[in-house]
Amino acid sequence: MSISELIDSQSELTDTASSKTPIVLMTRVRLARNVAGFSFPGWAKSAQREEILEKLRSAVTALPQMKRGINVAIGELSELEKQILVERHLISRELSGAKSGAGVIISKDQAFSVMMNEEDHLRIQVLRSGFQLKKAWNAINDLDSALEESLDYAFSPTLGYLTACPTNLGTAMRASAMMHLPALVISNQMEKVVRAVNQLGMVVRGLFGEGSDASGSIFQISNQTTLGEAEDDLIKRLHSVLQSIVEHELNAREKLMEADSGKLFDKIGRAYGILQNSHVLSSSEAMNLLSLIRLGVDLGAFPDGSRCVIDRLFIEAQPGHLQHAQKGELEPNQRDVMRAARLRSEFANFARPDFNFSTNGKN
Amino acid sequence: MANPLKCDLCSKPATVHLTQIVNNKVHKVDLCEACAQAKGVTDPSGFSLADLLLKASLNPESPGAGLRCERCGFSQNDFKKHGRFGCPVCYETFRGLVEPMLENMHNGIAHAGKIPHRALERKSLYDRLTKLELDLTEAIKSERYEDAARTRDEINRVKQAFTTKLAP
Ligand SMILES: [Zn+2]
Ligand SMILES: [Zn+2]
Repeated sequence: MSISELIDSQSELTDTASSKTPIVLMTRVRLARNVAGFSFPGWAKSAQREEILEKLRSAVTALPQMKRGINVAIGELSELEKQILVERHLISRELSGAKSGAGVIISKDQAFSVMMNEEDHLRIQVLRSGFQLKKAWNAINDLDSALEESLDYAFSPTLGYLTACPTNLGTAMRASAMMHLPALVISNQMEKVVRAVNQLGMVVRGLFGEGSDASGSIFQISNQTTLGEAEDDLIKRLHSVLQSIVEHELNAREKLMEADSGKLFDKIGRAYGILQNSHVLSSSEAMNLLSLIRLGVDLGAFPDGSRCVIDRLFIEAQPGHLQHAQKGELEPNQRDVMRAARLRSEFANFARPDFNFSTNGKN
Repeated sequence: MANPLKCDLCSKPATVHLTQIVNNKVHKVDLCEACAQAKGVTDPSGFSLADLLLKASLNPESPGAGLRCERCGFSQNDFKKHGRFGCPVCYETFRGLVEPMLENMHNGIAHAGKIPHRALERKSLYDRLTKLELDLTEAIKSERYEDAARTRDEINRVKQAFTTKLAP
């Protein structure tokens, strides 16, 4: 499979309609691993990096999960291709800036990606759409155990998996969920949530912007610490934190509906109108409008099946994806015109909002 | 204010003040504009407070500042510069530096998670084999033929265990 085939094919994140859920867009678990006897990538000489890269590549490509995926050196990718992979959460920004001896292997369905010679020799991750933390952990745990058959991991009985940065020691696991929290943002409760979540040892980040009013109201919540707790316990703890954020968001939605449903319907209806008719849309405005439509889907104003269209557009409205669709580089202001055109055509056939649903129903 | 706060990283006047709670402990970091930019504090995707705390906690005059990792040549100053270690062995070399950092950084100081059993077993067999092969050469050199024969049998047993249990 080539990189352009991968970019144009269906992916776990954009095309799995079945597992789409309200509020939790996707779950991700990432493990850092290093091979004993080799310097960490940031300190290794370039010849050493090439040597370990070859070793890692042959171990990873032998995994059944990675059959018919892609296996590329970062140096072989164009700037645009790298940007697209970053926008799909398949590689990190840090890896996209790597010079020599770094690479990535991505499974055909784009659920697994293995970054090589990023900060650690291996960063292996799995993405699952929807709220599937336990499933994601099981999937990456299996992949890791299979890799361990052929690689001697750097490991200490007291410090766990040894990583370049001591903040990742122990399980070297970062589990996260991408959450859509528009009602908490509208009702100014995000700051409170961030503080409470921090106190539980978890971190909240805006995904497409900063702090508590990230554009699109999309936040990533992940564990902060990695040493001292077993993976299962960490996953359970994160799960219960996420569950309680979901409950807070649902409560906030209920309150907004009780207080002034007309005002909320107005926001959603206007967002629909702009997406159907605008000619210039910045990335952050587009995200905010799409966010309101997704809220509308959750409330029952649009059919359930349209949720996956919104999730795909969250990604395809990003600059890299727009330029790929246009087959060329675009100036930022041209991008805003293209983005509006793209969304106009998507929304030309999108179901009209229907606000005559029962307001005391399940949502 | 009589005493303006200084940047934790470069001691210029600090203008960015961060507070985060990790494991019920309040951590404060003060940074100048330039360091805040450089550390990605303004870019939420690239910012880790734990990282900053780690760098701020490093005192250049601490004992062991001249220590170097035998395996990779990494020094304590390199760690101060990069905030990352050079190789897995560095964790033994700089144990005295790492251990005090862990408590603030994590939810415990000892690993409680997954163990790579297969890799560890393979390594211990491999180490045993290396030692036996040395013993064998030594025994042959000093004409202790009974010892040599016994060692050779042991080597075969270990090799067998290696291939039956651990072959990928
Ligand atoms: Zn500074
Ligand atoms: Zn070292």
